[in-house]
Amino acid sequence: MNAARQNKTQIFAAHGALILYTLIALFPVFVIVINSFKTRKAIFREPLSLPNADSFSLVGYETVLKQGDFFKYFQNSMIVTVASLFFILLFGAMAAFTLAEYRFRGNTLMGLYLALGIMIPIRIGTVAILEMMVSTGLVNTLWALILVYTAQGLPLAVFILSEFMRQVSDDLKNAGRIDGLSEYRIFFRLVLPLVRPAMATVAVFNMIPIWNDLWFPLILAPAEEVKTLTLGSQVFIGQFVTDWNAVLSALSLAILPVMGLYVIFSRQLIRGITSGAVK
Amino acid sequence: MSSPQRPPRIKWHVIVFLTPAVLVYTAVMIFPLFATMRLSLFTEVEQQRMFVGLENFKTLFGNTVWSTQFWNALGNNFQFFIVHMLVQNPIGIALAAILSSPKLRFAGFYRSAIFIPTILSFVIVGFAWKLILSPIWGIAPSMLDAVGLKSLYAPWLGREAYALTTLSLVSVWQFVGIPMMLIYAALLSIPEEILEAGECDGITGMSAFWKIKLPLILPSIGIISILTFVANFNAFDLIYAAQGALAGPNFSTDILGTFMYRTFFGFQLQLGDPHMGSAIASAMFAIILIGVCIYLFGIQSRMRRYQF
Repeated sequence: MNAARQNKTQIFAAHGALILYTLIALFPVFVIVINSFKTRKAIFREPLSLPNADSFSLVGYETVLKQGDFFKYFQNSMIVTVASLFFILLFGAMAAFTLAEYRFRGNTLMGLYLALGIMIPIRIGTVAILEMMVSTGLVNTLWALILVYTAQGLPLAVFILSEFMRQVSDDLKNAGRIDGLSEYRIFFRLVLPLVRPAMATVAVFNMIPIWNDLWFPLILAPAEEVKTLTLGSQVFIGQFVTDWNAVLSALSLAILPVMGLYVIFSRQLIRGITSGAVK
Repeated sequence: MSSPQRPPRIKWHVIVFLTPAVLVYTAVMIFPLFATMRLSLFTEVEQQRMFVGLENFKTLFGNTVWSTQFWNALGNNFQFFIVHMLVQNPIGIALAAILSSPKLRFAGFYRSAIFIPTILSFVIVGFAWKLILSPIWGIAPSMLDAVGLKSLYAPWLGREAYALTTLSLVSVWQFVGIPMMLIYAALLSIPEEILEAGECDGITGMSAFWKIKLPLILPSIGIISILTFVANFNAFDLIYAAQGALAGPNFSTDILGTFMYRTFFGFQLQLGDPHMGSAIASAMFAIILIGVCIYLFGIQSRMRRYQF
């Protein structure tokens, strides 16, 4: 009896703590989004109430869509993210397969060399990266960003994927070899489909930091036609500091795509983290 | 199998598979890293690049204009890191411990909701908190008023004394999901038998956490600490989004990332100086390397790992 009651209080306390923290986590997002649908007066008078018939207004969104080229920014972010993920996964899987499958001289050394980048942030080399991009004419192109993010994502991708590639059964690959499949076909036809869950994990891990990065777009691709959504909203908000409707609407619009991605991929992401992919 | 005299065949597929990754990684990550360190030994005189040895570092540490900025940024960076270690990681561990309690309902919902701030960009987080804490809008003061603590309110982001702590806490708010998830995973991997064995010896509830679970998740806490360290010492985005490149008020929120950005990219009237920027980047690299080495050789190798 006593134990049962204690158990109940414990559960109650657990839920209390979690609800409290969930509110802390969601409150700022909630305030921003509800206020983006209000008139300027209502934003200041009753910042915490939901928009009603009186206070509802889309004037902020109108300003944003008129002034900022958010579709263009969104498109740029999309291209950069998808292309970077494609290269990270393709190159990363190829390298991981080689390290996991073949015995050759320098195998371990190569693995260590590629793993170096897990701990060293690529930002340290920014000055030289900028010089390189300027001299190759890639500055202010999306390619500059794609290359940087690919290089940034590869070390962890190789590390995680080679762990998984080691688990693919040797019998399967040898059966393929006996049937006369080339090493390339074994990789693309047999191994890649089997490590698809691991590839998804790597993709989700890389997606959010790439989408949200501000540093490299600011330095390598600040021109209007190649701005990413993150940089675009930063610049836009900076210009419209005093127009609260516009700022709140821009923030809400910037939250939207990330939330969409999160809703689609959150299971994959959480499963990836909790399955111990990052050890 | 093959006779030793025959030279080994070149395995072309190994080369084909490895080349793209190694090429991109070397060209865009490793090479620029060393090129940046090399650049820090040069300077520009009348548009000519000139080798000056360690002169830039002498300026950085010896010239008071530079050294005060550098030590200010480094000190702030340490403060930023300490707030994360003292607030973010304990909260993350506590949330994970609660979440991992068996048969907790809605655990998946809480987990996903608490992780949401982590996926938002620094721009959103920086501006959202700037608006909420702003004295003009009045959300923060009116909420404090509701619980009778209005006297505590101050425009935190605008005060030199509070701005850095406030931003550190905003960053903690954003990233608490990561330690939570990693510790949660570590807690789930503790086998049931061990906890049951403890229960037989009368160790339950809180004492089970302190005496059994915590020692078992120490390696994960170590990993989280080094991840936090590396992330904090190349942080930039949040400060830039909330306070701009000048990291105001009066450089009180300046950290190494913003200092390096200002130096090499220039701001307002000051021209960018890639060579001094490289010197700062090299110093950052050294700091991160020291931190990683302390972790690898000082902490990780001494930590006991348990195999289940």
